[in-house]
Amino acid sequence: MQALRNFLDSIEPAFKKNKFLHTVYDGFDTFLFAPKETTQGPGVHIRDGIDLKRTMVLVVLALQACLLFGMWNVGHQHYTALGLYPGLGEALFTKFSYGLLQMLPIIIVTHLVGLGIEFFFAAQKGHPIEEGFLVSAMLIPLIMPPDIPLWILSLAIAFAVIIAKEAFGGTGMNILNIALTARVFIFFAYPTEISGDTCWVAYDYNFLHKLFGMEGGTLQALGMAAVPEGGWISRVVDGFSGATPLGLAAKGGWDAVANATLPNGTAQYSLSNMFFGIIPGSIGETSKPAILIGLGMLIMSGIASWRIMLSMLAGAVVTGLLFNVIGGNAFMAVPFYYHLIIGSFLFAMVYMATDPVTAAQTQTGKLIYGFMIGVIGMIVRVLNPAYPEGWMLAILFLNVFAPTIDYFIYQRNIQRRLKRA
Amino acid sequence: MQDLINVFIKSAFIENMVLSYFLGMCSYLAVSKTVKTAFGLGLAVIFVLVITAPVNWLLHEYLLKEGALSFLGSSFAGVDLTFLKFIAFIAVIASMVQLVEMIIEKFSPALYNSLGIFLPLITVNCAILGTSLFMVQREYTLAESTFFGMGSGVGFFLAIVAIASIREKIRYSAVPPALRGLGIAFIITGLMGLAFMSLMGIKV
Repeated sequence: MQALRNFLDSIEPAFKKNKFLHTVYDGFDTFLFAPKETTQGPGVHIRDGIDLKRTMVLVVLALQACLLFGMWNVGHQHYTALGLYPGLGEALFTKFSYGLLQMLPIIIVTHLVGLGIEFFFAAQKGHPIEEGFLVSAMLIPLIMPPDIPLWILSLAIAFAVIIAKEAFGGTGMNILNIALTARVFIFFAYPTEISGDTCWVAYDYNFLHKLFGMEGGTLQALGMAAVPEGGWISRVVDGFSGATPLGLAAKGGWDAVANATLPNGTAQYSLSNMFFGIIPGSIGETSKPAILIGLGMLIMSGIASWRIMLSMLAGAVVTGLLFNVIGGNAFMAVPFYYHLIIGSFLFAMVYMATDPVTAAQTQTGKLIYGFMIGVIGMIVRVLNPAYPEGWMLAILFLNVFAPTIDYFIYQRNIQRRLKRA
Repeated sequence: MQDLINVFIKSAFIENMVLSYFLGMCSYLAVSKTVKTAFGLGLAVIFVLVITAPVNWLLHEYLLKEGALSFLGSSFAGVDLTFLKFIAFIAVIASMVQLVEMIIEKFSPALYNSLGIFLPLITVNCAILGTSLFMVQREYTLAESTFFGMGSGVGFFLAIVAIASIREKIRYSAVPPALRGLGIAFIITGLMGLAFMSLMGIKV
């Protein structure tokens, strides 16, 4: 943090000249360093007056890279499915605006529903409004499939905010991760909307796209007169499949993933495509570099616990190795290092498992908590034919047991001190 | 062996007595205010279940089932005593609970006092009678029944210890007044059930 402070101090004069730039500078400065009260002198009490607002805003900032990449990728997958602009650099603006207009309703609905409920409860209780939902509202769109119906989204958010959060007393009191509760609600209540091979690419045009004439543009580019009967999904070019690497690996092992091709003949799931995230999937979880940027920000500012991330990585690697050794079926034989880049492992590790409210609170507890998530997530992913991906459920499972882990760590500490006395 | 492990995993996690069938709610909700008592009760339930499941299985197989009495002579071959199932099972459970009660009173009077009436009430804990009845209904073998009893016990133990630690954690949370106590406990139970669904479908 000190390095960041020095950096901000050094660039301040440059920003002071322009009124607008200085507002931007001031905004970031207060996000990162307000409130400033710390204990004077060599005291150990308050080294850094980090408060709820700063914590939340930093996480939201850390998610922006995923969000921006997600917007482009939603557009890229859409046009690839229709056989247009296959090149990565082609039609950048069109792809980005398609993704932006696809995601805008999702983001707006998330904030309206969630914040509406928060405002209502804050008014009922006579409390000031807390910033807690801002992070959930940023996370929820990123873990949804791009063409999620908005009414289902609203229902899930209402469930998560009322039942999993406000019933427990609001921000900081919940026992399950809010964003994951919203997703798990859809997962069990409307399974067809969030699993299978067709939901991970947005095929249709919503009213915003039509308003800005994007559908007409596509019709022109394809040389067609009207929208095909049966919607755009019937117009998908031969050879394009929206199946995710996980779905393929569950059916045919790693060979199925490596053999999947795009209409133009190149591999759909080459290592670089999967690493950079140019694949179908939930909106924000595909791009590993974007997540790594967020990881850097969260670790540097000390908001996310590196203990949880490291032990979760260890848990997943150990379980993956164990499966490789047993090698019962094609999916179990998938080399363990591939498990780290397919699916949402990295996103879950950086943003979901490290949620400071629902994770274990003790340092030793965090190690156990993270490791168990790694183990159970891999078990659900590989051994459970019912679910394609395991991290969401594994994290919720350990959310339930985090207080138990903490309890036994506290008891152990108490026993140790009693012995010493 | 694989079969037995599957029965165990299924009864402990996937078809958890508390979180999937909502059996054994009374003691689950009443004794889960502190982890210490919940831990003790959970262990007692595991103990009772591991013993009663195989004993009840033997009872059912060799005395109660239709035609089970044929070893007494051909005139008994048609006797069907299954209508005595409930009372016989409860009698076995009650005697086991008596045993547990005496053991706990002898070795941990503090736990005995804190469990209070809920210790003898394990007798009528529906999770325990439910386990015996499910075992008959699903036609498990003796070994399977033992693992089923153990799995159900471990499932109950996990559920009650988890909810007790959550309830200890949220003791100072600003839960809306109308939901304090049992209301929030039911909501927690539902959310726990959601999380336990993660292991649904797993087979070794």
